[in-house]
Amino acid sequence: MLELSPAEWTAVALSLQIALVATAWALPFGIAIGWLLARGKFWGKTVLDGLVHLPLVLPPVVTGYLLLIWFGRKGPVGAFLYDHFGVVFAFRWTGAALASGVMGFPLLVRPIRLALEAIDRRLEDAAATLGANPALVFFTVTLPLALPGIVAGLLLCFARALGEFGATITFVSNIPGETQTISAAIYTFLQIPDGDAAAGRLVVVAIVLSLVALIAAEWLGRRASTRFHGE
Amino acid sequence: MARPARQHALSWGIIVLALEVEKQLGAFALAVRFQIAGGVTALFGPSGAGKTSLVNMIAGLLKPDRGCIVLDQTTLFDAAKTVNVPPHRRQIGYVFQEGRLFPHLSVRQNLDYGRRMSGRPRDPTEFERIAALLGIAHLLQRRPRMLSGGERQRVAIGRALLMRPRLLLLDEPLASLDAGHKGEILPYLVRLRDEAAIPMVYVSHIAAEVRQIATTVMRLDEGHVAAAGGLELLADAR
Repeated sequence: MLELSPAEWTAVALSLQIALVATAWALPFGIAIGWLLARGKFWGKTVLDGLVHLPLVLPPVVTGYLLLIWFGRKGPVGAFLYDHFGVVFAFRWTGAALASGVMGFPLLVRPIRLALEAIDRRLEDAAATLGANPALVFFTVTLPLALPGIVAGLLLCFARALGEFGATITFVSNIPGETQTISAAIYTFLQIPDGDAAAGRLVVVAIVLSLVALIAAEWLGRRASTRFHGE
Repeated sequence: MARPARQHALSWGIIVLALEVEKQLGAFALAVRFQIAGGVTALFGPSGAGKTSLVNMIAGLLKPDRGCIVLDQTTLFDAAKTVNVPPHRRQIGYVFQEGRLFPHLSVRQNLDYGRRMSGRPRDPTEFERIAALLGIAHLLQRRPRMLSGGERQRVAIGRALLMRPRLLLLDEPLASLDAGHKGEILPYLVRLRDEAAIPMVYVSHIAAEVRQIATTVMRLDEGHVAAAGGLELLADAR
C-alpha cells in the first residue's frame, strides 16, 4: 500500500490547498475577463486576449520571474498589497497560489468565454421582457447557461494549478511546509540519494489526483449539459 | 395596393398604444404610425414587411431612429426627449416565435420567472388559473426540452401572462408549429382574448389565423401601414 511520510503528506495537503485557493480566487476574475472577451467591444481587446493567454506560451520560469519582480515585497504591486492589506506573497504559500492561479488562468478563461459566446442572446432578451434588469439577467440566465463552461474551466485551472512547478519555484522557491508542492517535492527527492521511493509515491499521488480531476470534469460537464438538454 | 399611411380612428375603446416610429435597417426603411385600442390587433403582412422589427421596438428590444411610443399614456420612447424605457421596465409581455423558454429552468420556474424578477409575492390562485386556462398544469415539473412544440408555446404564453403585462405581443406564435399543433393553440388564444382584458398585438402573415383571433387588422407592407381597419381588410387575402 501507499504509505506516505508526514513530509510527503504535507506536500500533498499543501498542493491541494494552493490549487483550491488559486482556483477560487481566479474564478471571479475568470468570469469577468471571459465576459469582456466574449461580449465586450473595446479598444485593446486583442491585447487583453494576448495578455490572458501569455502564461500559456511563456516559459513558466519567465512568468515566475515577472511575478517576483511585481509581487515581491519590494515590487510595485507587492509593496502596495503589503502596505494596504498586509498581504505577503514572496516565499509564502500565498505566492505559490498566485503563481498557480496565473498559470491556470488562461485555461479557466477560455471555456468560460466559449460558453458565453455560445449562449443564445435571445434568451436574455426574453428575460428582459419578463422584467429582469441586466444584473438579474446575468445571474439568472447568462451565468447558469454558461455553467458547463465554468465547470470545465474550473477543473482545468485546478488541475493546472495542482501541477504547477516552474513559475512557483521561481517565484516562491521550494520551502518544505510553505511552498513545497507535490511537484517541488518530487523534484527535491530526485536530487537526493535514496529519494527515489519517496518520489515514486508522490508520482502515484499526482497521477491519482489528476485522474480524479479529469473524471470529475467529465462527470460534472455531462451532468450540467444533461440538465439543459434533457436526455 | 399600398396606400400612404394615414392615422386611423379606430372603432372602439380608448387608445392603449400610440406609436410613430422610423427605423433604417440596412436598405430597409420602416416608417409606421398607428394607434391601437383594446382587443386583439393583428399586424398582418408578408414576411419582410417589418412586423417583427415593429414589435421589437414596442418591447424595447430595438431602438427606433426617430419617433415615439406611448403605452397607457406612459411614454416608453421619445427620440426628441431622449426617453427610452428599458425592456425590463415596460411590463409588456412578449411571446416569441420560437418560445424562448429558459432551458435550465423547469416549466414551473419558467412560468414563475416574471413574478420572481419583479419581486411580487406568490399568487397560487392566479398561477393555477392561468395554468388551467392554457392546459399546462400537468407539465410543471418538466424541462422545456421535454415538451412538444405546442406545449412549449402554451408555456411561453403563460409565462408572458403571469408577468401581468399591460400589453401582450405575440410574434407569429404558431409559425414554429405543424398544422396539427397550430389548431391546438388557437382556441387557447381565443379564450384568452375573451376572458382576459389584456390588449394584444398579434403578428402573422396567415389570414386564416388572423380571422380567428383578431378584432382589428393593421396591414403592413414594406415598412409602412398599408391599411388599417376591421377583418374586412382580409377579404382578398389568403
